[in-house]
Amino acid sequence: MLASMFRRNNEKSSVTTPATAEVRKTALNSIHRQLGAKMVNFGGWDMPLEYSGILAEHEAVRTRAGLFDVSHMGEIEIRGPGALGLVQLVTCNNAAKLAVGQAHYSGLMTSRGTFVDDLLVHKISDTHYLLCVNAGNQDHDFEHIVEHNKFDAKAENAGPRYSQLAIQGPRAKDILQRLTPAPLDSIHYYHFAFGKVSGIDCLIARTGYTGEDGFEIYFAPEHSEKLWSDLMHAGQPAGMIPCGLGARNTLRLEAGMCLYGHEIDDTTTPWEAGLGWICKMEKAPFLGSDVLAQQKKDGLVRKLIGFEMLDKRIGRDGYPVLINGQEAGRVTSGGPAPFLKKNIGMAYVPPKSTAVGTDVSIGIRGQSEAARIVALPFYKRPQ
Amino acid sequence: MYPKDYRYTKEHEWVKVDGSNGTIGITDYAQHELGDVVFVEMPKVGTQLKPRQSFGTIESVKAVSEIFSPVSGEVTETNPALADSPELINKDPHGAAWLIKVRLADPKEAAALMDAAAYEAYIAAQAKEHSA
Repeated sequence: MLASMFRRNNEKSSVTTPATAEVRKTALNSIHRQLGAKMVNFGGWDMPLEYSGILAEHEAVRTRAGLFDVSHMGEIEIRGPGALGLVQLVTCNNAAKLAVGQAHYSGLMTSRGTFVDDLLVHKISDTHYLLCVNAGNQDHDFEHIVEHNKFDAKAENAGPRYSQLAIQGPRAKDILQRLTPAPLDSIHYYHFAFGKVSGIDCLIARTGYTGEDGFEIYFAPEHSEKLWSDLMHAGQPAGMIPCGLGARNTLRLEAGMCLYGHEIDDTTTPWEAGLGWICKMEKAPFLGSDVLAQQKKDGLVRKLIGFEMLDKRIGRDGYPVLINGQEAGRVTSGGPAPFLKKNIGMAYVPPKSTAVGTDVSIGIRGQSEAARIVALPFYKRPQ
Repeated sequence: MYPKDYRYTKEHEWVKVDGSNGTIGITDYAQHELGDVVFVEMPKVGTQLKPRQSFGTIESVKAVSEIFSPVSGEVTETNPALADSPELINKDPHGAAWLIKVRLADPKEAAALMDAAAYEAYIAAQAKEHSA
């Protein structure tokens, strides 16, 4: 057995990382190893996959809180009078609508209207934006942004200047509040503020990738170990545990969120991915907006759907989706939804087959297993 | 950790020989590497197995892995507890979470597999390679 598990060290990283590239480490690498985390190479980074186990970590985030080291995520800062112009050209959401202290989810676009990456755009001031991008894409994203910088904006590939921790779950706010004078209740969802956490200067954003309430804090890497340990001390009595990328993936899948390289890449458009809400045609032109306008007029050839398995077998990434016995698409992400206690997945299928309730099959090792299209997201937190 | 009276494969299965009967499972190293097990697929009773033949799959949250038979024989029983409690494999891989029982075609066959000491040396080397 175990033929598959030894692939885990290069899983999903080969696309974005040359084999010769040195594996990068966050400032918390030795803490993860001390904690006995199982480590994986993700996007060229040596990252914790799990500590106590994906199921326990998933449950902690849904019911209490979890702490994630997400320092591998990339940061790109855009400054100057031309900053907004540049952000508006390369991304599909409308950054002109952001207030200072507000953030939104967006797409970094190719001229074909597909995704170079997905990202969070934070408006720090009228002339300063902080973009948070995927680890494996950050250098490529930066080059892409610089290539389109006809606005004389100053773009900085700022990843090395930041560590990032995500505190996620229904108790995240109370735990973080113990360490900061910043009034967290006044930081609304997808907003941020600058403040001290444990006496350390942080950008405190009410964002996340788990489907729960929570915060992502950005700070200088030299403070990583202190912040990690102070947060763990503050959170442990409330049941917070350290969580790895394994739980981060099951949590985001259960919350129906896209993962670059799976649901979205440079061949998929926002319309296809069900991300029309981040694609603001009224602010056009932006990169790919002409193609996107045309696609909207012509109609789509495929659309992202969510499915659940009707029996116990698990439809996983890359498995075929069959409609009336014919292959209609492939699973982009599939696996257990630990909190819902179902096996779920997302896939692209032709638009005529996307209605909720449609019976489909997933090809699992040569056998056809019943599944049903369900509404996205699979899980929505109680308000 | 690894029972002295079991024999082990490089693919991390164990077999315990008791006369002409064998019990087969996966090792503690294997369950740890897999992580939380969520589903196990078993062969039908009566299936004839040869060494290194795939007889089922174990799925963890992250991955699916085939299980290979350490020996030749006929499946006489599968562990009924694993259908509803696959997590037993993480809790007691060398005991309650045995996978199948077989009538051995050749009870001497298992002697060619690694004993506990050899297996422990083997996984120590694997772990080293893994973290390198």
